[in-house]
Amino acid sequence: MERRAVDLWVGLFVVGGFIALMMLALKVGNFGAYSPKDVYVIKAHFDNIGGLKEQAPVRSSGVVVGRVTDVRFDSKKFDAEVTLTMDGKFKFPSDTTAAILTSGILGENYVGLEAGGAEDNLKQGDVLKLTQSAIVLEKLISQFLFSKAQEAPTKPKE
Amino acid sequence: MVDGLLDWFRLIGGKTINAVWRIGAGTRFLFLILFHSGISFRRFGLTIRKIFFSGVLSTIIIVVSGLFVGMVLALQGYETLQVYGSEEKLGVLVALSLLRELGPVVSGLLFASRAGSAITAEIGLMKATEQLSAMDIMAVNPIGRVVAPHFWGGVISMPILATIFSAMGIFGAYLIGVVLIGVDVGAFWSQMQAAVDFRYDIVNSLIKSFVFGVAVTAIATYEGFDAAPTAEGVSGATARTVVTSSLVILALDLMLTAFMMRGWN
Repeated sequence: MERRAVDLWVGLFVVGGFIALMMLALKVGNFGAYSPKDVYVIKAHFDNIGGLKEQAPVRSSGVVVGRVTDVRFDSKKFDAEVTLTMDGKFKFPSDTTAAILTSGILGENYVGLEAGGAEDNLKQGDVLKLTQSAIVLEKLISQFLFSKAQEAPTKPKE
Repeated sequence: MVDGLLDWFRLIGGKTINAVWRIGAGTRFLFLILFHSGISFRRFGLTIRKIFFSGVLSTIIIVVSGLFVGMVLALQGYETLQVYGSEEKLGVLVALSLLRELGPVVSGLLFASRAGSAITAEIGLMKATEQLSAMDIMAVNPIGRVVAPHFWGGVISMPILATIFSAMGIFGAYLIGVVLIGVDVGAFWSQMQAAVDFRYDIVNSLIKSFVFGVAVTAIATYEGFDAAPTAEGVSGATARTVVTSSLVILALDLMLTAFMMRGWN
């Protein structure tokens, strides 16, 4: 097949597009940045998950150690069941506690893990026993108001 | 008085029927192109030439516009974000707006006015100078030989152009945000990487630009093929290509975004 100048330009064009896509995927996106092969799945129950969504990070001491892969309502216990897919590199004691935290004031919700002191580690399918729900601002404010109201005894007006 | 009103109704009715008729004919034309696409893959050289025609020749305008759009986004975004003290989020803002919306849409609009109009003019002029009927007489199907390679060339080029646009835009934002204004370079990239998802943002961006490519080239080839074989007819068809495909891009964008956003939550 004869070669034409057009082929060269189209080749350059396609290669340019491919380079742009690779740059978007690797430099801009998180493709391959966090998808460990060796994982284990644990579950945690929360009374209130606030704004936690799938794909939210699981952090311990601020380092990403896993992802939230499923959020569903448990209709037997009437609470939220959150599935955490953990990186197999990181082992946690079986009495680890989980809390739903917020990054910054207006940031996204994530699951924070606090390691316990037990001898054995969390295994595939384990359920975290101690959890702390998301802080709901309305509840916080109403608690504050109630405690203020109790503090100040009402004085009869004269 | 009554006659004038009747004429007015006739005019509106006629225009409406004409519009519906054109939509139907355009859809039939799209299926004809797909049916006669065999030759554009068996003789891929034809399609390569059309990729050069609509893709490579549009690269310059796409690169330059992408760079400037990214720069402007960075400047404007910085002004607003710094009010909340979150100028590190500049990378996120620019990357998400480019990948989700501006990349596919603006490059689609540029593609419609740069390549779409050229496709219409070429096919329309071939029709006006009776080259298409000459092919028909020689038992060469003009849809297979001329229209389908144009169509596939455009459909292949459009996602590549949109990707280049987004990449150049992010590079432009880097130039303004990091190099000129002085946003922290690590925060710029790492926040962007934390927020941009390959499946939901980059793949959806490619899907959008592919759909826009199909829409623009289908409209451009149809307008050219349907043009009245006169100088005036070709110029009218070229103008209609740009107007119709721009509106179709914006309407399709709304629909695609609605579908894609619904999947996110």
